[in-house]
Amino acid sequence: MKATINWLADPAISFTLIILVFFLVFPITDRLEKISKRLKIDLLWTNTGGLIALGVLVLFFVWGLTDENFRLIVTKPDNVPIVGLIFLVGFFTWLSMKQARENDNRMGQGGQPLEASDKSKVLVWPDLIYIEFICLILATVLLFAWSIFVKAPLEEPANPTLSPNPSKAPWYFLGLQEMLVYYDPWLAGIVLPTLIMVGLVAIPYMDTGDRGTGFYSYSGRKRAISTFMFGFLVLWTFLIIVGTFLRGPNWNFFGPFEVWDANKRVVLNNVNLSEYVYVFLLETGLPRGWLIREIWGILLVVGYFAVLPGLLAKTVFRNLYERWGTVRYSTFIVLLLMGMALPIKMYMRWLFNLKYIVSIPEFFLNI
Amino acid sequence: MADTETTTGTPADGGNGAGNGKKATRERTPFAESAFWRSIFRSGVPRTRAARMMGVLNSVFLHLHPVRLPKHAVKVKYTWCMGGLSFFLFLVLTITGILLMFYYRPTVEAAYGDIIDLGSQVPLGIMREIHRWGAHLMVITVWLHMFRVFMTGSYKPPREFNWMIGVILLVLTMFLSFSGYLLPWDQLAIWAVTVGANMARAAPLLGHEGPGAALLSIGDVNFIHAGADAKFALLGGRFLGGATLLRFYVLHCIGVPFIVMIFMIVHFWRIRKDGGISGPT
Repeated sequence: MKATINWLADPAISFTLIILVFFLVFPITDRLEKISKRLKIDLLWTNTGGLIALGVLVLFFVWGLTDENFRLIVTKPDNVPIVGLIFLVGFFTWLSMKQARENDNRMGQGGQPLEASDKSKVLVWPDLIYIEFICLILATVLLFAWSIFVKAPLEEPANPTLSPNPSKAPWYFLGLQEMLVYYDPWLAGIVLPTLIMVGLVAIPYMDTGDRGTGFYSYSGRKRAISTFMFGFLVLWTFLIIVGTFLRGPNWNFFGPFEVWDANKRVVLNNVNLSEYVYVFLLETGLPRGWLIREIWGILLVVGYFAVLPGLLAKTVFRNLYERWGTVRYSTFIVLLLMGMALPIKMYMRWLFNLKYIVSIPEFFLNI
Repeated sequence: MADTETTTGTPADGGNGAGNGKKATRERTPFAESAFWRSIFRSGVPRTRAARMMGVLNSVFLHLHPVRLPKHAVKVKYTWCMGGLSFFLFLVLTITGILLMFYYRPTVEAAYGDIIDLGSQVPLGIMREIHRWGAHLMVITVWLHMFRVFMTGSYKPPREFNWMIGVILLVLTMFLSFSGYLLPWDQLAIWAVTVGANMARAAPLLGHEGPGAALLSIGDVNFIHAGADAKFALLGGRFLGGATLLRFYVLHCIGVPFIVMIFMIVHFWRIRKDGGISGPT
């Protein structure tokens, strides 16, 4: 059982499973939504479904805590927030989707969303003030209890000559650190985070119109919500969980029930695209000049960002392109392709041991 | 002032009623209606509808809120209270942070020892715990607040600019937490920041090991090198050391909170100016 879970947790497998399940749980097209409905996945967004999911998660943690390796990593003081994060994100995803589905059903029967059903107003004093007051007290109690029972971590005094293995960033940046496996620091640490920010800021300028404002709903906004959830749950939260719980010494992968063995041997046989072309395919050996050496990778990257958007505008996204115009569409497609570049590179690594598509160490430029 | 039921507060003077107990009890004004009380809370005890509205309007703190709200908007089910909790945690962190600053000295020699003293020598030594766990919690509440705003479509016009401010606040929250991470000056702290600093070193154009850094040069004069790049700016030196600690301390305690406060003011102001909390049209 534990061996199976360790095997399943491997990023290549768990990531694939999560992607498959994700688009059934958060269907992005009408057809997927129909399949999702037929599979009765909506039952997850009921009280019973939520309780069962919670129960499974709690049981997994309780059972997992009986294992020494699992306990060691989960109860590390600075990892406690992430355990909290898993439950909180899960709960609030459920809460929002439950209300969204209720509203979808109401509107499907020609009604209004629940939020619009009672247009009356209440006074802030006392109706809002007391809710805020109770929230504030509960948060304070939680914070005090947490502070009393869990000591803040303090390791040995700083020693610049002794680097711990693994060295980890604070947990909220571990998604970025996990990206370092697949991309060089200039992309994983600088360009991609910047684009996440730009992408978030750009959301309201791409998803315009006030349709669907002010109430929970899924059907009317499924493309927007599914895309956002993919970024938030899969590319951000899931990578944080992997980076925190499943990455041990030398940033090697370790299953949740595996010993963090610093001597674990992992074969590093990753190969650049240029080597695939010149060494394996043409059998000529790498050319001396970097431009000729990397031309295939450069063409691929340029094609991905310059040609592919045009092709998509003529095919899959034709309606979108016509409605949105060039500027809005281009912004959207570049951000989308950048976002998709991460899973694409992950799979190229897992399937072909591909290291770099473009590798020009002469300029520190590796993609 | 719109209130009608209250008498204009005559100050209850205690000496007057001596001797006649019955009369004294009748004339004694409740404290909440005394001139002293009314000088602080102009609208009196909020018993009537009018007084409750005036109470919110007249209070500098409560008037962040409107006087009335649509029914769906006060429900925890709708708001998750996450924005409010983020602000509350910011206040908790400010207060505990000020207390911690009494004891903590940002020098390589003193920092680690002061952190130990915070737990062992200072009375009720959980201030650092509250500060640290509160910071982690704030990162989570800010994420969840963004999640809620997204799920209710509340970023859509006319609120798109406030969403942008929110994204900036989200980034600043994480940077606040990150800059505080270094201050205990233990192994966890310096190596976590090293991971971050090494990314700065690889910044395109601005990091000395980043792509394009060589472009920023005239003749054989390089503008970006190990002694002048993004990493150097972050660390205050080529390597992590005392200068980094001071730099992070100033940013953590004054620099970033100052910027965060400005953006929070705009964020709260714009909620009201963009039509208050979102709701179905």
